[in-house]
Amino acid sequence: MLRVSRLTKTYATAAGPLTVLHEASFELGAGESIAVVGPSGSGKTTLLGLCAGLDRATGGSVELAGERLDALDEDSRARVRNASVGFVFQNFQLIPTLTALENVLVPLELRGERGCEPQARALLERVGLAARFDHYPVQLSGGEQQRVALARAFINAPKILFCDEPTGNLDGDTADSMVELIFGLNRERGTTLVLVTHNFELAGRCQRILRLRNGSVASDERTAPAA
Amino acid sequence: MRFILLMAWRDSRASRRRLVLYSLSVVLGIAALVSIGSFSANVSSAINREAKSLLGADLFVTAPAPLPAAVMDHLAAQGGEIAREQTFSSMMTFPAQGRLRLVQVHAVEGAFPFYGRFETDPPGAAQLLREGGDRVILEPTLLAQYGLRAGDRVRLGKTLFTIAGSLRKVPGESPGVAMMAPRAYIPMGSLAATGLAGAEALARYRAMVRLPEGADADALARTMKERFPLLRLSFETVGERKRNLGQAVAHLDGFLSLVGFVALVLGGIGVASALHAYIRDKIPTVAVLRCLGASARQSFSVYLAQGLALGFAGAFAGGALGVGVQRALPALFRGVLPIDVDFFVSWPALLRGTGAGVVICLLFSLLPLLSVRRIPPLAALRSAVGERAASAPDPWRLGIAAVIAASVAGFAVWQTGALSIGLGFAGMLGLGFLILAGLGSAVAWASRRFVPRGLPYVVRQGFGNLHRPNNRTVLLLLSLGLGTFLVLTLLLVRTTLLNEIRGADALGRPNLIFFDIQDDQIGPLEAVASSAGSPVGERAAIVTMKITSVRGVGVERLLKEKDMKIAAWALRREYRSTFRGRLSATEKVVEGAFTGRAAVADGPVPISVEEGLARDMQLRLGDEVDWDVQGLAVRTRVGSIRTVEWRRLEPNFFVVFPEGVLEGAPKTYLAALHADSAAQSGRVQRAVVDAFPNVTAIDLALVVETLDGIFSKVAFAIQFMALFTVATGLVVLAGAVLMGRHQRIRETVLLRTLGATRRQLALIQLVEYAVLGVQAAVVGAALAVAGNLLLARYVFHVTASSPLGQVAAAVAVVSALAVATGLAAGRGVLDHPPLEILRQET
Repeated sequence: MLRVSRLTKTYATAAGPLTVLHEASFELGAGESIAVVGPSGSGKTTLLGLCAGLDRATGGSVELAGERLDALDEDSRARVRNASVGFVFQNFQLIPTLTALENVLVPLELRGERGCEPQARALLERVGLAARFDHYPVQLSGGEQQRVALARAFINAPKILFCDEPTGNLDGDTADSMVELIFGLNRERGTTLVLVTHNFELAGRCQRILRLRNGSVASDERTAPAA
Repeated sequence: MRFILLMAWRDSRASRRRLVLYSLSVVLGIAALVSIGSFSANVSSAINREAKSLLGADLFVTAPAPLPAAVMDHLAAQGGEIAREQTFSSMMTFPAQGRLRLVQVHAVEGAFPFYGRFETDPPGAAQLLREGGDRVILEPTLLAQYGLRAGDRVRLGKTLFTIAGSLRKVPGESPGVAMMAPRAYIPMGSLAATGLAGAEALARYRAMVRLPEGADADALARTMKERFPLLRLSFETVGERKRNLGQAVAHLDGFLSLVGFVALVLGGIGVASALHAYIRDKIPTVAVLRCLGASARQSFSVYLAQGLALGFAGAFAGGALGVGVQRALPALFRGVLPIDVDFFVSWPALLRGTGAGVVICLLFSLLPLLSVRRIPPLAALRSAVGERAASAPDPWRLGIAAVIAASVAGFAVWQTGALSIGLGFAGMLGLGFLILAGLGSAVAWASRRFVPRGLPYVVRQGFGNLHRPNNRTVLLLLSLGLGTFLVLTLLLVRTTLLNEIRGADALGRPNLIFFDIQDDQIGPLEAVASSAGSPVGERAAIVTMKITSVRGVGVERLLKEKDMKIAAWALRREYRSTFRGRLSATEKVVEGAFTGRAAVADGPVPISVEEGLARDMQLRLGDEVDWDVQGLAVRTRVGSIRTVEWRRLEPNFFVVFPEGVLEGAPKTYLAALHADSAAQSGRVQRAVVDAFPNVTAIDLALVVETLDGIFSKVAFAIQFMALFTVATGLVVLAGAVLMGRHQRIRETVLLRTLGATRRQLALIQLVEYAVLGVQAAVVGAALAVAGNLLLARYVFHVTASSPLGQVAAAVAVVSALAVATGLAAGRGVLDHPPLEILRQET
């Protein structure tokens, strides 16, 4: 599902080139889950952005759902994201001007699909927000916003889900219920999962843990089978 | 497409309050365009109507012989109304005084004047004249000189006429006419019985025509010239009369063009600052859309749809507000307006304002919108990436900027009707833009490098705001600076023009002229006038002469040449030239150099020729002209060409000789003086005419009064439009500052959360806005002074006035406005609990 080969990202800065990711490589099969961990500044978010086609690499390649992302232009990568990718961000990234239901509908409406409201309602019900369809993000708590984001991530039946610190802004109980939802939906739908986190307990629920240090892959280990 | 419209609608729906704030600038900009354009049209129309009353008709057709039936039929076929007049010179007898006087008889028939009023003293005299009978209305100077009053009798030819009253104001007479001989108006029906009809020389026959609404008098004049080439018809239209009025009305036209241009750019500033802030707020949303699979084109289209909708809604609301403001003006200014301004909705101004508003909205929204294409999905993860991408160089933005520049230049050319002036307007604006943008970058850079660490925290924080991410330094300096530049330029140009018009007003200007003063009478006449209380202000020697050859070719030969381009009148006429050692206040040399003293022995005498005459005679500097000065041949060459302000009724001449040439020639004098009142004028006239019966007196008070009426109205129009536009400009500028509210809101709330007091927060904002306001005001003011100088020199051809007090006041007002609006914008934040705002902003 995801093949990353010698992926490198260098930024030009005033002090000279700065390499934040150095020849990272790994593969992930369909339905697999992987946690990317490492200290701040180790390149986790950069790696996630490159894998999801949000940015262009300086070197190496990413193959996502059979498509070489480095060979595609930005609009083609957008089509791949729309068709195959779901996102959950640390700071939720809901569109503040849309209601919960409308936020969830965006990926399908982007494809020009109609009559998807029942599907979106069902997903919001699944994440426990049946009473919040018409609320704007500002009217929702952090946990509720993240659940809307999760419903939005699953609405287009993604082949792969990218989560960037999905519980980073949530309290313990809310974070736990969020984790249950992520892994529950992942299991139900057979989605591949890439999860960036600082939380080792959360990382331990994935099948593999990829450790980054100073922009390089320090280790890629299998965890004990999930409970 | 469905997604784009749906998204655009949903996105706008949930941020209505903010959108209302943003659209305020758009609405204000377009309202400024519409109301200024529309009111401008009202004022123009009032001034045009005023100008129509100068002629009293739409068209005068004049001939040296009775107008043939074919001409009258052609005029009648236009569907308007015609009045007739026959003018000739004749002797009038004053039986009671036993005196004779040459007068100019005007025999009139019909409902003339069609515009304006035939004013007489007593007021009903004009109506009596229309009713017919042996009645006459006389020039007031005649009544003053001979001690006549209404009811007395005078004789013209075989008829005794009863004086019905004296003239006050007759539309249609050019000022020069009154200078030839006193006028006497009689009904056309009484003319035949006098026995004078047809016998007199130098008669003039005129048809005065009122055309149907919308008919083009200038076009009709052109057609008739072609159709009746042999009749020696001459034509006069309102347009021509306006041109002859001198610079004042042309200044008003130029000024109103400037006002229209300023309104458009003010509108543009409003629109651009609103949309710039709006799009910056939308960067995170765009990034999320891109993450979810929206293409660059789709994201761009969502906000383009919003920009367009904002433009159309703003155009509609702005148009309505503009019309509303314009309609509210009569109530506001009742009793103050000296002009009878009709307040009508000017549809062209409304369409132009809203149309230009939509186009400006589209173009200015494209500038920030183009950055939407470049916002990467990665911005959802790292917000700084979005900021960087949005402000990265983009060839498309350069292209759009070029289109905006071309549109503004195109509008300026269209509005001013002159390529060079329009391009000049746009060029000056472009230069101002570059200077202010450069200053903005310099201020941001300097505030990062040179703010001493020892300064209090609030001052450092205020300066820091000038360079931190999301700063509005360049944008605010641009909008405030350009706004100050435009508005102050308008104010300074207004001062320049008002000074020019006031310089030409009646105060102390000659209003009584004596002609035909013999060489030996001028000294004693000056003494008589002085002792009567009105000393002679100016005197001029007059020497009559005729042209014998031009550039060595005799006049007779020139007149016979088939393709002669020289106007025949200029060759045939008898010139009344003068000689003096300097230019008068009404003259300005435009080519060559004026020579004050010369001698015939030194070769051809250098003369100064009036610009219009030089054009009609195809004369260039150095051309030789031979004159017959009452039997003596004098060879001259054109030494200078000069303009003459003919509207100033001072002794003006086509040709001025230097001193040292004509002193020995037979000459008469002309003396001009100022009389403070009609009674004083009568006193001086009687004293002079009693002492020197051969001298002719012409009272110009009425002519001067009429012209000054027009000038004071033009002055008012300039004053009013300037202040109206300035007020609008201040509102738009305040809007531009208000747009920044959301840029600072989060930071202010965080500071407050961390314990900053209300006073500290206010001081931080005070420092930021004071630095921006003062710099924008100073640079804008400097640009305005330069703009005023250039406009005065190249557009209005007058001397610029840039009073220091006015410039300083403008700097103070703009700085205070920036600070006050900045502080007012922050009040909303300070008045709410931080948590409330933090939750809204997340």
